[in-house]
Amino acid sequence: MGKDTIVCRCEDLSLEEINSWIEKGYQTFDEIKRVSRVGMGPCQGKTCRAHILRLLAEASGTPLERMHPATFRPPVKPIRLGTIAGGDRDD
Amino acid sequence: MIKSSAQVVIIGGGIMGAAIAYNLARKHCREVVLVEKNYLTSGATGRCGAGIRQQWGTEMNCLLSQKSVKIFENLPEELDYPAVLIAFKQKGYLFLIYTGTEMELFKRNVALQNRLGIPSRLVSPREAKDLVNHLNTEKLLGGAYCPSDGHANPFHVTQAYAKAAKRLGVNVFTNTGVTGILKDRGRVAGVATERGVIKCETVVNCAGGHAGIIAAMAGISLPVYPERRQVMVSEPVDRIQDPMVISLTHHLYIQQQPHGPFIMGMGDPNEPRSFNIKSGWRFVVETARAVCTVLPPLKDLRIVRQWAGLYDMSPDAQPVLGESPEVKGFYTAAGFSGHGFMIAPYTAKLMAQSVLGEKPEMDIAMLNYHRFASGELVLEPAVV
Repeated sequence: MGKDTIVCRCEDLSLEEINSWIEKGYQTFDEIKRVSRVGMGPCQGKTCRAHILRLLAEASGTPLERMHPATFRPPVKPIRLGTIAGGDRDD
Repeated sequence: MIKSSAQVVIIGGGIMGAAIAYNLARKHCREVVLVEKNYLTSGATGRCGAGIRQQWGTEMNCLLSQKSVKIFENLPEELDYPAVLIAFKQKGYLFLIYTGTEMELFKRNVALQNRLGIPSRLVSPREAKDLVNHLNTEKLLGGAYCPSDGHANPFHVTQAYAKAAKRLGVNVFTNTGVTGILKDRGRVAGVATERGVIKCETVVNCAGGHAGIIAAMAGISLPVYPERRQVMVSEPVDRIQDPMVISLTHHLYIQQQPHGPFIMGMGDPNEPRSFNIKSGWRFVVETARAVCTVLPPLKDLRIVRQWAGLYDMSPDAQPVLGESPEVKGFYTAAGFSGHGFMIAPYTAKLMAQSVLGEKPEMDIAMLNYHRFASGELVLEPAVV
């Protein structure tokens, strides 16, 4: 895995970019999310979260299980507005 | 280690706290300390809809937002922060008008706004459709549009202010909750935090939905209360919508972010006062139905996340600004009622002038909280 390896595929963020935010002092997934958009895309962190938590844990010397994973919010998978509103083709 | 003394302690690391810290430091105020319970933008600022509009129904809200837009326009230069991150875009706000009562309200509001130099105007349903091609004009009587309204990135605007403040010597302590306000003979003597006491004679309460709790620590009963507002966001799609679309009838606002996702929110008139920021399912269904009615082609948008934050509501939906008449040195900048982000740049400037004992360049005496005791409120009518 090199510095150009894409960690967040939704927002196209590389390992180097994530590490630069950690080096700037951002300590939690939530903080990095707010400045870089990591975890804000369609996968909502399903791909990148575990990896970034490990990077943060290593950088701060904190055991991984004590890292805050950030809030999980609905929906679990993307849903069309029309489906939620009703009147969709599966009515 | 936390500082043992300061000239001013600001409580709250949202846009307001960060912007006031910067404005104080810029005016050569020595030893400004900002304390934040979690991290910068962890509260309402980082959960807001990011809209910036000047189309308000009270003169105060109009002026605060109008002057703030002027500051937003030059913010990257002023704070030396990348414009691409601050992402201030003026793509307009389109209010939808569905009833005669709303038409009367917007006629009054637009007249007020125009008198103050805000370039808003009433538009016909056809003009509204020209502005937003996917708009359903059925039952629509018209709209109110202001092209210089827009949006910006709340995370980076706050970071920009905080960074500029730090460069000017402000100390920012995150993960530092406030546990008490120390008083001596009727004035502020210090702030007790989880990491020690900071002696100071001036405190600025920028704690948003928690401002009432902070005020109570000083023995002040502040009529600002928290109320949940929910928001949801779609996957990114090609750009099709410039203005924020907002409907008081549906309690709905919806805009497309520069990078493609739609952000939409809906106010629930029956939302109780509480610190609850959990996600509710009814909100998703009601918002989806409203969006599919107002902007039918958006039915194919996929929602990827919903979240919630707290409005810091005041009884008239105008902010509560100024020094407490009861406790000297205790200043409040709270009660923003859902429009704190957009009026922060100018409000922070006025607050800094007030805190330093200058006469604010715009008179904000009427926004102090004793206005609620007199009962003569000018109620802001255009809140979602």
